[in-house]
Amino acid sequence: MVYPAARLVQASLSQYSVTGLYQGWVGPRNYARLLQQEALATVVMNTVVWVAVIVAVTLLISLALAQLLDKRFPGRRLVRWALIVPWAASLIMTSKLFVWIYDYYFGILNPLLQSLGVLAHPVDWLGDDSTVMGAMIAVGVFVSLPFTSYVLLAGLQTIPVDVYEAARVDGASAWRTYRSVTLPLLRPALLVAAVLNIIYVFNSFPIVWTLNDRNPGFGHDTMITYMYKIAFKSSLRDVGLAAALGVVNVALILVAVVVYLRTVRWQEPEA
Amino acid sequence: MIAPRRALGQLGLAGVGTLLALAFLAPYLVMLLTAAKPEAELRVSPPRLTPLDWQWSNLLAVLLDGDFQTWLRVSLIVAIASMALVVVAAVPAAYYTARHRFRGRTAFLFLVLVTQMFSPTSLVVGLHREFFELDLINTYTALILTNAAFNLAFAIWILRAFFASIPREIEEAAAVDGCGRVRVLCRIVLPLSLPGLVTAAIFAFIAAWNEYIVALTLMTDPDKKPLTVGVTSYVTAYVQHWNSLFAASIIAIVPVVVLFALIERYLVGGLTAGSVK
Repeated sequence: MVYPAARLVQASLSQYSVTGLYQGWVGPRNYARLLQQEALATVVMNTVVWVAVIVAVTLLISLALAQLLDKRFPGRRLVRWALIVPWAASLIMTSKLFVWIYDYYFGILNPLLQSLGVLAHPVDWLGDDSTVMGAMIAVGVFVSLPFTSYVLLAGLQTIPVDVYEAARVDGASAWRTYRSVTLPLLRPALLVAAVLNIIYVFNSFPIVWTLNDRNPGFGHDTMITYMYKIAFKSSLRDVGLAAALGVVNVALILVAVVVYLRTVRWQEPEA
Repeated sequence: MIAPRRALGQLGLAGVGTLLALAFLAPYLVMLLTAAKPEAELRVSPPRLTPLDWQWSNLLAVLLDGDFQTWLRVSLIVAIASMALVVVAAVPAAYYTARHRFRGRTAFLFLVLVTQMFSPTSLVVGLHREFFELDLINTYTALILTNAAFNLAFAIWILRAFFASIPREIEEAAAVDGCGRVRVLCRIVLPLSLPGLVTAAIFAFIAAWNEYIVALTLMTDPDKKPLTVGVTSYVTAYVQHWNSLFAASIIAIVPVVVLFALIERYLVGGLTAGSVK
């Protein structure tokens, strides 16, 4: 864990040939070159949109899902099991599945939306520049929902019943109770879910890697897939440059981790 | 009036719940139905949801496919070995931190927590350099070590919580009866924290089973690819065996969903490292 991190920093300060041979120490030059990459601005913007939209939408839907799962009703176990599937399934296989569902000619999504009257013409979801990001974000939300809902559900279950009773005695409406009692008490769980999701979504690789596979260039890449392409796939094959971006990525995650630890006020657990 | 309204509310909730369950399962239903289609039916326009000719033998064909058997073997070796390594390393670490206060204990637990937040993804370039220089590209060792290292944190956290909840008095009583440290651990502590042990083991297994990016980077030899990387070769720019890809995916996904359902109760506590009770 510490060792690859150290190798990453060292690699970011070195130069490598396209076949991966070490060619010497170059100091911070890789970082300067990183800033000159034309695609960088687009990639950073994509990353911001990717993380912000997925986390926000996931949290909103998960709030409703957790509320539902907190109630007792026949078949609740079934819903919980269904929710587990996208969580347990391999992300790469789920991503491939969505490539098939989104497919312009043979995917089931276009005819489904057309028969519902939502679409007049089929859309090339993963080939069209205007839809590919949205299509990827939808999959991102889909796979982030289970974990987030479970965290919020755990938070809901810590709220004691008597505060709800007190609110009812005071004559508060359901919505008022939710806003003034549930949400404030759910704050710690919400913060945990938000920060962990930011880290997970930022690190997410298979979805963008698979769904964006057909499109040339770096137009829809996030910082993680961009790094991977620089190192192993594109014509650049530049380990030093990729390592420099890798260091930036790790630094960003570290910032998120620090924020996380401060929000949960991490303390040494009692033995 | 109250009773019928409650019954109606229950029915409404059950209805919404069923719709939700369907929404989450729908994509995987498409996976299952596509896996049962004959090759020729993959390219009909407009596409159909269900196969005309149900060809469940696709699943068997994949199981008998030599490539698939190789990927499955690699996945099993890597997942079981990482699981064993995680359990062997996590039990003493968790037991020691649960029972003793020592210098650097806070720092140790902190480090464990931080590793949990990092996925190997952000470090993949460094990992590749590391194993390239150690000449461990295309070896099980590299993949097993990486998987074990990144899943150790979850195991330590969940086991620590279980160990800490066992009253010291039981262990002391056993010690009075003449049990040594190791015997106390094996005879008393481990059986009492069996759910934690099972959860840690299953979680490590699933994480290694589903891992993609490190395997994609380190295992370039076709004989050394695990399922996650291998199955993607059913659909490339040149061949499109979507039915085989999804048949293989179903075989890979069903067991882990069942395992996951078993440990569901303990997952959130472990993944949020004690910050949400």
